[in-house]
Parts: sequence; structure tokens; C-alpha cells
Amino acid sequence: MRIVAHGVLAAALAVTGLGSAAAADLTMGLGGAVSSIDPHYHNVATNNMINRHIFGRLIDQDAQQKLVPDLAESWKTIDDTTWEFKLRKGVKFHDGSDFDAKDVMATLSRIPWVPNAPSSFRIFTGQITEAKAIDSHTIHLKTATPFPLMPVFMAGFAIISDEFERAPTEDFNSGKAAIGTGAYKLKQFVRGDRIELVRNDAYHGTKPDWETVSVKQITNSAARVAALLSGDVQIIDQVPTADFARLKKDKNIGISSVVSNRVIYLSMDANRDSSPFVKAKDGSALAKNPLKDVRVRKAMSMAINRPAIVERVMEGQAIAAAQFLPETFFGTSKNLKVEKYDANGAKKLLAEAGYADGFSLTLHSPNDRYLNDEKVAQAVAQMLTRIGIQTKVEALPFATYAPRASKLEFSFMLWGWGSGTGEVSSPLRSLVATYNRDKGFGPSNRGRYSNPKVDEILEAALRTVDDKARGELLAQASEAAIFDVAIIPLHYNINNWATRAGFSYVARTDESTLAMGVKRTKR
Amino acid sequence: MTVFLIRRLMQAVVVLFVMSLIVFIGVYAIGNPIDILISPEADQIERERAIEALGLHLPMWEQYLVFLQRAVTGDLGRSFAFSTPALELIVERMPATLELAIAAMGISILVGIPLGMWAGFRPESLAGRAIMAGSILGFSLPTFWVGLMLIMVFAVHLGWLPSTGRGETVEFLGLQVSIFTLDGWSHLLLPAFNLALFKMALVIRLTRAGMRENLLMDYVKFARAKGLSTGRVIFVHVMKNIMIPVVTILGLELGSVIAFAVVTETIFAWPGMGKLIIDSINQLDRPVIVAYLLITVSMFIIINLVVDILYSVLDPRVRLKEMKS
Repeated sequence: MRIVAHGVLAAALAVTGLGSAAAADLTMGLGGAVSSIDPHYHNVATNNMINRHIFGRLIDQDAQQKLVPDLAESWKTIDDTTWEFKLRKGVKFHDGSDFDAKDVMATLSRIPWVPNAPSSFRIFTGQITEAKAIDSHTIHLKTATPFPLMPVFMAGFAIISDEFERAPTEDFNSGKAAIGTGAYKLKQFVRGDRIELVRNDAYHGTKPDWETVSVKQITNSAARVAALLSGDVQIIDQVPTADFARLKKDKNIGISSVVSNRVIYLSMDANRDSSPFVKAKDGSALAKNPLKDVRVRKAMSMAINRPAIVERVMEGQAIAAAQFLPETFFGTSKNLKVEKYDANGAKKLLAEAGYADGFSLTLHSPNDRYLNDEKVAQAVAQMLTRIGIQTKVEALPFATYAPRASKLEFSFMLWGWGSGTGEVSSPLRSLVATYNRDKGFGPSNRGRYSNPKVDEILEAALRTVDDKARGELLAQASEAAIFDVAIIPLHYNINNWATRAGFSYVARTDESTLAMGVKRTKR
Repeated sequence: MTVFLIRRLMQAVVVLFVMSLIVFIGVYAIGNPIDILISPEADQIERERAIEALGLHLPMWEQYLVFLQRAVTGDLGRSFAFSTPALELIVERMPATLELAIAAMGISILVGIPLGMWAGFRPESLAGRAIMAGSILGFSLPTFWVGLMLIMVFAVHLGWLPSTGRGETVEFLGLQVSIFTLDGWSHLLLPAFNLALFKMALVIRLTRAGMRENLLMDYVKFARAKGLSTGRVIFVHVMKNIMIPVVTILGLELGSVIAFAVVTETIFAWPGMGKLIIDSINQLDRPVIVAYLLITVSMFIIINLVVDILYSVLDPRVRLKEMKS
């Protein structure tokens, strides 16, 4: 379908776009689907993106995911296990009622309550052992152990009015309870189709440019691009790579880009002595699992020509990766450099590890989850085959891939990780920390990689309240993991938005499309 | 007739039961939806909580029994993704799809039958040949390509019609319908035409074949010999006979248009049931998938029934046979 869309778009580019909405109206075309307006029901990127328009948070994330005050003006620790949040005064909800500490308390009480939640926001509030309203605009949050990530976690969920502490999800969808402090009020939510918003003129922050915003869900990428070209929408997200070059050349279209918080990486079974998809070249079982040997993992990393993948497969819409997050993010290491492509060195290293003849491997990959996921996997497989590791790709729809991977059925996998917190503890904790249910470590560590050194530094970092010291510890943990090739980072995606001429977008690392970030520019 | 209806109803219950079992096992085999629904940042404890909240911790047979128990009372479960009853979700989307399907069928009948009759009546004429050549295109061009071309020409190039979505709706008998507004029609036209194209070609070919066959029949010669006008012979006598296969096929096609307008709905971002089922499959939203397929099966059963009844109205011989059995 993409090839056809290609040709079709080529024809369209010769044509001047027609029609544009009235001065202060904005229509956005989104690639994702929104399942609910209830901000505490389903923790998924598209829902969060929509509820950011309607609801405020204690702390917000800017376009680079740096923390900025929203409903909390300031925050600090008053002892090792207590955080104090000073709330903003004079903020009003859409229904005219005042915002104060009891709304925060109501929110904290509602989050674990929401029935049938397929993905609860409890992960952001579970650490709180006691929440206390000191006065109408001061909140104290206590934890069992020092919890430096408290402000980051407070940026994870929306604050509702205490009137709706026990409002069911349906009340939010119908608009009855969709009363927030955000820049926009909900006018209508038509499931599976669109969301209509109108500006909140009493908003406490910077007033957005658009009086009304219509958010349309156009999941098919060719149709999304066509909607932009015809002027039915003024901005689209998830610009397909195949159309990117052509759109860029179009005078009527502008592109806004930023490197994302999402790293695409390879995960290996570095734990079991015999792994289901690691075999000798003739298909017989191996004496031991070569992926347990750091030299083999290192050789695999060296065999991958990242710039070639970025250039050819990603058509330039990615940046070669050296670690878990691009260097601009908190807790990244300045010492980690992109692994140099060195096939001969890789072969030598393999021989040193006792696999001069190589072995055979199956790389499992989703084919509908990440940008060009299956193509990237194919390229990686060819590069590994070149150094003697005969690699076969098996690509599956994410719906079957993910459950099988969670059951540890695979040996070698392609994954992506977007850091919702905008710092390195998120991927370290989820991807490379030793799997441990009680600590909540390694829930997405599907290779069951384990390195006591990484765990130790990470745990120290998670106890360190001082930002600078914590950043250094996180960088050290990243280095320990990457030197041991816990994962093989491939590239960071670049997030692209395409707008009609006369519009621009403040591109966000977290892939969100917010009407507040769409600006009018001179033609 | 009554015996016939009762027998049909019993068959329907058995079909629905077997279908629910097959779909349930099939969907269960694909995998556990929790990995898709849950936030990647969630820890193991949150994961366990979500599995329990959605009832996924029970063994499959137990999940099926729970489903059956509720299904008997008309409750087909709650969508995992939307937290709304699956049935409500589907019914909510139904007007959009019905609108699209009916408009598409309307277009294909209004355009297809006259063209087919002409092509059958004057098969050697230039127009007749052109119509047949055109119908081959209608058959062979893939829907998504035609859809994109329609968008490129009418929305992007000419700017006459909107490229995506559904137009303004008004409430009619408690349903949100868009066919009573001008905006609604402007949004409906392109997807309806796209969906109609294949059916149109089908109708043309069926009508033409029927026309040619019937024109050689004795009753036509007799009617002519009796001195009836060509118009009366064709529009009254021949037409009635042509309609039998056309009605059968259109009936079945109406079902497939409603149930499987997926491609068209996706390309035009039409918020109908087809788009819902695709989104639900991608998210492994089991209750919605199962409910949708059960509704689809029911719909086909009803359509088949209606076709059989229509058939017997058009052809008296059929009714006699049914009455005897």
C-alpha cells in the first residue's frame, strides 16, 4: 500500500493545496486512536496526549520533557522521605470552581479506584505511603524510602476536580466530568472519530492560538497525508518515511522534527544456558548459549552498521544510538559513543570466544509497531550473517509478538523503548535491571539480563535525591550496562510532524501532538 | 412458512453457539492482550492487577463459561480498551456503516442495472462494449487504490469533497445519522462510491447475462408475437426474471458490505464498525471481536432469510417447494 501511496502523493504534490480553515480554528490529524477521556483509565500515549489539553498536572513536561511548574508552583524535599508541593493560587476549573489541595487529594484517591482499568496510573502514585494537605495550597507526600523521582512521577497524571472523585469513566467520555484546569475545554468526544475542543479563556498559563480545535483520528498513513494535502487538516503526526522526502520538497507543507525519547534496540537472551532459537549452523543444539558471552554480544554490536541502517532503511529519519536515550536527556553518559562498524574486528572477537564458525540465530521482530521495524530487523540479520552468525528474521504482528516475548519464547528480539519520564532510570529499571517482582525491576527485561553491578548503581541512584549526584550515578549505570552489552542500541527515531504552510509545530520528544504547540507563522 | 421460520431459527441458535466457541478459541490462541494494553512503564505488580481486573487470570474454559453465562442475558462483555459494553460500542458505530452500505448499494443498483440492461440489450454496440470493459476495471482495481485515487482527484486536486471522516450528524430515531445534512452527504459520497464500484461491476455483469439469456427465451418471443411493445417486454417481463439472481447476490453482498467495509472505512477514516473491528483486532480487544463476529453472523442469518422470502415472492415455484417441506 505504501508504494502506491507514494505514486499518488507524487501526483498530488504538483497541485496547489486548496481550502484552509477559519482564522482561529485548527484541525489535527492523528495516527493513534483515543479510547477514553478519563485521564485515569488507560495509561497510553494517545489518551494522555488528549487529556493534557483538558486537564492540568501538578508538574508538566515541556517539549524536551524537562519538568516545568503547572498546578504546583514549587516543590522540595523537607526530609528524606517527605516531599512538599506548593500549589498555584487563583487557578479555576472549567466549571468556575477553585483549584486547591482537596482536588489533589481526590485525584490521588481516584487513581487506584478506577474500575476495569487496563493500565492504571497507580504506577505513578504507588510509592506514596501518606498524602497530607497541610493547608489549602500545600501538600506533603510521604514515601517509605527516599524517592527522588517524585516530581517526575507527579508529571505522569492529570488532576481532576474533587467533585468527580468517584465519577465513572463514562462520565468523562460524555463530558460531564471532563472538567479540568487545562487550556482547552472538551466540547464533544466522538469515539473512533474525533474530539472537539474549545479554548478555556480563564486558563492560568499562556493562551493558545486556537479558539477551537478538532482532533481527527486518521489511522491510515496514506489517508492522513492526503488529508493534509487537501487542507482538511492543518497538521499530522507520524509522517510516513516513504512520503517524507516528497513532503519536504512541497512549498505548501512544513516539517517540524526532533529526536525522540524512543530507542530501537536488540535484546538478547543472556541468561538461559540453552535458548530456544540459538543453534549450531546445522541445527543441532549448542553446548552452551553463546549470547551469555559478552564477547559474542560485543561482536554482534560491532557487526551492525548503524549509519547504513539510518541512511537506507530509515531514510535519514533516525540517529544512530549509543545508549538508552539521546545525550540531551537527564542521566545519559557523555562517554558512550556509537559502536563503530567493524566486521573484521567482530569476526576476530567471535573466534576468540570460540565461535570462529559462527552459529545460527532467529531474530524476532514486530512488523506493525515501530517505524520500519521489520526492515530494520532484516538489515540487522544480513549484517550478522556477514560475520558468520546465520540470522533468520521472523516478523510478527505486535499482538502475537509481545505475549510470546513475555513468555520468554524468543532468544533475540527487536524492541523500542520510549522513556515516559524523560530520564534514564526508566529504561534502566525496566530493560536491564535484574527481573525482580517485588522491587518492580526488569518488567520488560525479556532477555532476563542480569548484572549485579548495574543493579547496585541503579539502586543507589534511585535513593539519591540530589539531582547532580543522581545524574552521575545513572550515567555510570548506563555505562556499566552498555559496556557489558546488556542491549544493543540501534537508533533513536526522529519524530516528524507535517503542517500546512503558515503553521508550525513545537516538536516534542515524547511524540505528543498538542494544539498548544501549533503556532501560526508568516507565509 | 411458519415451519420454515422455526427451523431457520433453531439453525441460527446452533450456528451462533458454534461460532462463539470457534471465535473465542481463535482469539484466545492469538495471545494475551495485556502486553498491548498495559503501559510499558508498568511494573510486575501493576501487570498482575490489570490481568485480574480484565478477568484474564482465569483458564480459558472458565472465561468462556463466564462469557456464555452473560451472553444468554444479552451482555457480550465490556471492551478492554474502552470500558464500554461491547454491544453498545458496536451499535454506536452501526449507523455510520449502515449509511455507507446502503448508499453504496443504492449507487450500484441505480447505476449498475440500467447499464447492465443496456449492455445486454445491445451487446455489440460501442456503448455495450464500453460498459463491459468498464466493469472489468470495477472488478479488478483494488479498493484501497481506487479510494486513494478518489481522494487525490476529488479532495486534493479539485477540492470539491472532503477527504476524510464523517460529516455533521443529526439525531434520528435516537441514532446519529449524517444523511440528512449536506455536509454529511459531501463526506459520504466518495467512500460510498468507492465501496459501490465492485458491486456495480457485479450488478452490470449479472444483469447483462440475465438480459441476454432471457431475450432468447420463448416467453419473450411470445410476448413480441402478441404485439407487446419492446419497453413492456423488457421492463415488465424480462426485468422480473433478471431480478432473481440479482436480488440473491445483492442480499449476500449487502451483508458483506456492512460487515467488511474495512478497507474503505480505514482509508476514509469513516468511523464505522469495520474500523472498530480492525482497531480491536490490533489491540486484541477480545470482547469486541467476539461480539462483532456474533453480530455479523446474526446479520447474515437474517439477510439470508429475507433473501429467501424475497425469492419466493419473485418466483412462485420456490414458495411452493418450501411449503411442502
